[in-house]
Amino acid sequence: MSQQIVEPKRSTLLRTRSGGKRTTTQEQAKTRLAWLFLLPTLAIVAFVAIWPLVQTVYQSFTDARLASGDEPRFIGLENYRLLLQDRDFLNSILVTVQFTLITVVFEFALGLLIALVINSNFKGRGLMRTAMLVPWAIPTVVSAQMWKWMYNDTFGVINDFLVDKVGILSRPIAFIAERNTSIPAIAAVDIWKTTPFVALLLLAGLQVIPGDVYEAATIDGANKLQQFLRITLPLLRPAILVTLIFRTLDSLRVFDVFYVMFGNRQNTQTMAIYNQQNIVEFSDLGYGSAISVAIFLIIGIFVVAYVTFLKVEEV
Amino acid sequence: MTDQQRERQEQQPASQSEQLYRALKDGRISRRAFMVRAAALGFSATAINAFLIACGAGNPTATTGTSGATTTTAAGGMTTTAAGGARTTTAAGGATTTAAGGATTRTTTGGAAVPGGATATRPAGAAATATRGGSPTATRVAGGATYTRDNPPAVAAAAQARQYSGQRVTYVGGQVGSDADFDQILTRKFQQDTGIQINLVPGPPSATERYAQYQRFFQGQSADLDAMMLDVIWPGAFAEFLVDLNPKLGSLAQQCYPSIVENNTIDGKLVGMPWFGDFGILYYRTDLLQKYNISAPPRTWQELQQQAQQIQAGEQGANPNFAGFVFQGNAYEGLTCNALEWFASNGAGTFINAGQQNANPQVTINNPQGVAALNLIKGFVGTISPRGVTTFQEDQTAQAFTGGNAAFARNWPYMYAIAGGAESAVRGKFDVTALPAAQGQKNVGTLGGWQLGVSRFSRAQDAAIEFVRYMCSPEVVTWRAVVGSYVPLYPSVSDSPEVQRSQPYLQKLASVERVTRPSRSLGEQYNEGSTRIYQAVNQVLTGGDPAQLLQQADSQLQRLVRRR
Repeated sequence: MSQQIVEPKRSTLLRTRSGGKRTTTQEQAKTRLAWLFLLPTLAIVAFVAIWPLVQTVYQSFTDARLASGDEPRFIGLENYRLLLQDRDFLNSILVTVQFTLITVVFEFALGLLIALVINSNFKGRGLMRTAMLVPWAIPTVVSAQMWKWMYNDTFGVINDFLVDKVGILSRPIAFIAERNTSIPAIAAVDIWKTTPFVALLLLAGLQVIPGDVYEAATIDGANKLQQFLRITLPLLRPAILVTLIFRTLDSLRVFDVFYVMFGNRQNTQTMAIYNQQNIVEFSDLGYGSAISVAIFLIIGIFVVAYVTFLKVEEV
Repeated sequence: MTDQQRERQEQQPASQSEQLYRALKDGRISRRAFMVRAAALGFSATAINAFLIACGAGNPTATTGTSGATTTTAAGGMTTTAAGGARTTTAAGGATTTAAGGATTRTTTGGAAVPGGATATRPAGAAATATRGGSPTATRVAGGATYTRDNPPAVAAAAQARQYSGQRVTYVGGQVGSDADFDQILTRKFQQDTGIQINLVPGPPSATERYAQYQRFFQGQSADLDAMMLDVIWPGAFAEFLVDLNPKLGSLAQQCYPSIVENNTIDGKLVGMPWFGDFGILYYRTDLLQKYNISAPPRTWQELQQQAQQIQAGEQGANPNFAGFVFQGNAYEGLTCNALEWFASNGAGTFINAGQQNANPQVTINNPQGVAALNLIKGFVGTISPRGVTTFQEDQTAQAFTGGNAAFARNWPYMYAIAGGAESAVRGKFDVTALPAAQGQKNVGTLGGWQLGVSRFSRAQDAAIEFVRYMCSPEVVTWRAVVGSYVPLYPSVSDSPEVQRSQPYLQKLASVERVTRPSRSLGEQYNEGSTRIYQAVNQVLTGGDPAQLLQQADSQLQRLVRRR
């Protein structure tokens, strides 16, 4: 995809540099050829990304329903007006953002720690790197179901451990049934599962930092902490940015783990679950599309914020 | 969103739902969403069982999938007594149907239709002792015919069906309780006898998910789906996508209870052949009642609370996991069924009053008795019911009760067979009765049940109809009733001695009022309406304020009724 941007640019660049009239037709032919080669890519992007997006935006202005044979009517901003008053949707935003904040912060902190550890030289490093990825390799529906049973208040191992073995709790807690514990409990599942992935991304970033920079710093008398703050973190910034954007977007559109663990429970619905419910279960394609557009915009806000604060252009 | 979906798609391992995936290939966008769920469900059985064994807990053989509500319909949109399964006392048509059906039953019990008649040499005494809370999977001797799990009835109309031999029918079967096992046994038999290939695909155990799945198929006019189970609340919503069964199965359907036939008939089309009925009943432990000197099972909710409290207090010392009362509290269709029973048995109505001919439905969900009923049940959670009950579906309920970890349980009749099975810890120690009701109110049970329908887009309609004819035949229904405690919808089958022996409670509970969910009043919007109801109730159970949540549900239902 990067080609499509880079290629035409280079040809313009060449043209300005050579400047002469003689080469203009030649350059034009080259440009035409470039576009020709790009055409399949552009067509596919338009087909799989742009067209559905346009379609969704269009549907959000109609009262389209999945199950009915009636032609959808254009109803303007009615869906959006309802959406702004929809307490369930606002609640789903809160739940999603809360979940995203908890998971991204913990995953990043733990992931960075793990990445630094496995980046250092020790025996069995290769094995460690592989073993670490096991939670990430398990399909989410399986691990969510597994955790659901571990959290169970009557026969889950977690309660068994906390009540009978350690004795911290006097009575078992139904972690996923009670209001106060359900979001932290599900965040823990996601952190368990995704931290290895974050560590892997950051490890890749750490490995491209050349060793001689550290050597130079050591000679200059910088201690380990200074080296970390002044060398590692700044040089790791591209990797950090990619990691944070990846994880934030993933968390904002989380569906599977919530669906398996909570189902359609109202106070723990994420934006994606609420959206799925409206489109699939209620067949309300028009309203569901409006929700999709809203989610698209909300995620957009996060991306813009990241890119601005982490000064992506230097990256 | 696409990345995540793709990734999930790649993560699907091969499972029993694999064929379902393949069948879904022609579907549209949300098929992936469906697949995720199918995979979730497919896994649960094995993954969770393995997990349970690892924990050394409970009874790992019990089914672990999540499950769906069986639901139901409404007999004529009104609350009729005796619509689903129980012996009806309605005069009109009762005499003729009984007579007609009686003849059929006689042939069955005569051994003609049951190939294993010769095995009837087992001692009759064994069957007799097993009756009360006994094992329905055990051999039952009935009028010369033996009903065993491995011995399904032969296909009576095999000769007629054989003309479609070699055709392939995809059937979306069940996954709650023994559904899947029975489907497998019956489809194998049908295949043997007729040569019609049945591609058995177990549908999602949750009715809510099943509904969404069918909708995708019908929406895409998919020919991949031929025959399927239909919840009693769905005929109206799916009528236009289903074949009229009247020409071929009309006379057979006439032998069923008239109310269920009426429910399945939309604009003169019979869109679903009645298969089995359901209604909510209370299971209780006879041994524990005796141990704590309780003379009779509870008649009111307060009595239930007291008895459950007393038993739980006594039992928890030895078994910390013991609960007084378990039900279906998860946010899904089953909770709507449970809540309907709490409402109706407390004089709080049935959410929406259908009105005359359903012309002017009135939303009645928000009323003082309803608030009181919810407050009562909310008080159960964390006292006589585990806190986790707000995540329970049918299978978790069955697991708790059959594992010996509950004194009382609300469930559908299918659990009778499981609780009396060889793997149950409560075999011979339980009985069933009507759900409690407030003083002066009637005992009620939410009407549920399943029909079999044939898709209009199917390319093997005739073969599929023959399959439905077999599955819904009085012979198979009798076999399912005796071996699996499925409630028959033929009065003749309900009255037959072998069914009465294996489901003694049917007669006892004949007077329980079957209440119906507001599927007629909400029509196409039923799914959304039911979601509003179960979400509000689930919120109450996890600590919400009933008055406020019912008011909210009220206005949401008003909107749906108006939009209808």
